[in-house]
Amino acid sequence: MKIYVTDPDGKEHALDALEGWRVMEIIKDYELPLKAECGGACCCATCHVYVHEDWVDKLYDIQDEEEDMLDEAMDVKDNSRLSCQILMSEELDGLKVTIAPGTEP
Amino acid sequence: MNKNTHETDVIIIGAGPVGLFAVFELGLLDMKAHLVDILDKPGGQCAELYPEKPIYDIPAFPVITGQELTDNLMAQIEPFSPTFHLQQMAEKLEKLDNGKWQLTTDQGTVLIAPVIVIAAGGGSFVPKKPNIPNLEDFEGTSVFYAVRQMDQFKGKNVLIAGGGDSALDWCLNLQPLTQSMALVHRRADFRAAPDSVSKMMGLVSNKKMDFHVADIKELYGFDGRLNSVMVQPKGEEAYQVPCDTLLAFYGLTMKLGPIADFGLNFDKNLIPVDTEKFETSTAGIFSIGDINTYPGKLKLILSGFHEGALMAQQAFRIVYPDKKLRFQYTTSSTSLQEKLGVEGKAE
Repeated sequence: MKIYVTDPDGKEHALDALEGWRVMEIIKDYELPLKAECGGACCCATCHVYVHEDWVDKLYDIQDEEEDMLDEAMDVKDNSRLSCQILMSEELDGLKVTIAPGTEP
Repeated sequence: MNKNTHETDVIIIGAGPVGLFAVFELGLLDMKAHLVDILDKPGGQCAELYPEKPIYDIPAFPVITGQELTDNLMAQIEPFSPTFHLQQMAEKLEKLDNGKWQLTTDQGTVLIAPVIVIAAGGGSFVPKKPNIPNLEDFEGTSVFYAVRQMDQFKGKNVLIAGGGDSALDWCLNLQPLTQSMALVHRRADFRAAPDSVSKMMGLVSNKKMDFHVADIKELYGFDGRLNSVMVQPKGEEAYQVPCDTLLAFYGLTMKLGPIADFGLNFDKNLIPVDTEKFETSTAGIFSIGDINTYPGKLKLILSGFHEGALMAQQAFRIVYPDKKLRFQYTTSSTSLQEKLGVEGKAE
């Protein structure tokens, strides 16, 4: 499984993804710049990503807790998600996301 | 000595779980501690970011929340009466002629001790700032991230940004003082106390304040004086909201802050330490918890506890150079039990 992550400089990285891992954990594991300061507890909004339009509808619907936390993210768009709340599974093989502003470590 | 000056054995920067447990380990070895923290309460990230979230990897606690962990640590260190200097940022560190360290906070508190322990986690909690190009031009004159003196906003035309409790509470508290009050938030839902939300909505329906469902795009004004803010509702045309003051409440994030200027070595914003004493490149300055680094480092609370115990051994040698260090167990040592105030209770 792969995910494709565009960093703040616009460069795309193909990362190996593991079933059950959070997209945030995969991005951090590859040491791409992502603050994710609460460590995946949906408590900080510093793992904010934009999901590529082809993938928005394939993700689980956003939960209230995640939507609430996006209030603390910057430049929130319709395709904004917290990458700690996206759990990898076969259906998401090939997922494309872009790291959002305000998440610099 | 000035009443804002305190002399002690150890100054701990950061009152998160690791800083709190260090008080315990230092206390067992007869060292008193003062703690400095930017937050208004002890507990660090555990208390500020995830007080209600379960933690599953604290030894002997199958599950415990961030707040419970903090409360338990506070109870555990109570016998050692630590002194807290909260809502203060450790700003300046100097070495005195007598070899001791002098730490000054941004609130003018001066602490003097032979040992410094940096347990600052991910750094100091600071307000998140919205992504607006000319924001800096207005900071401190028209744009603020906290309310220190309510009177400062008397008769002002205030725009508050955000959708949490801080934003809602300040809408309600400041509205009676201001000339005009408005709230801007990206959606019509809030993660704030429902009571505050309905009170705010009440003010809106009584035309005592405005509510804009929109994002802030631009600031207008000159010489640091704001006169309006451009807001962008989703899918509609942007418009200007006249105001002279913007209060932004987008939560907190951690930044390294003035510790960077303490003259220590850094490796990617982390402080390298040895794994015997957890001392930094500067003798007498230790670093424990998430802010330090060494080969094999894991950012776990339990690692920080271990680091605090070993740090205390070396701190003892600095604080009491003429005393012999004895290693004892709390289960058996009557002198440790005395310090903990539990003497006679054990079998």
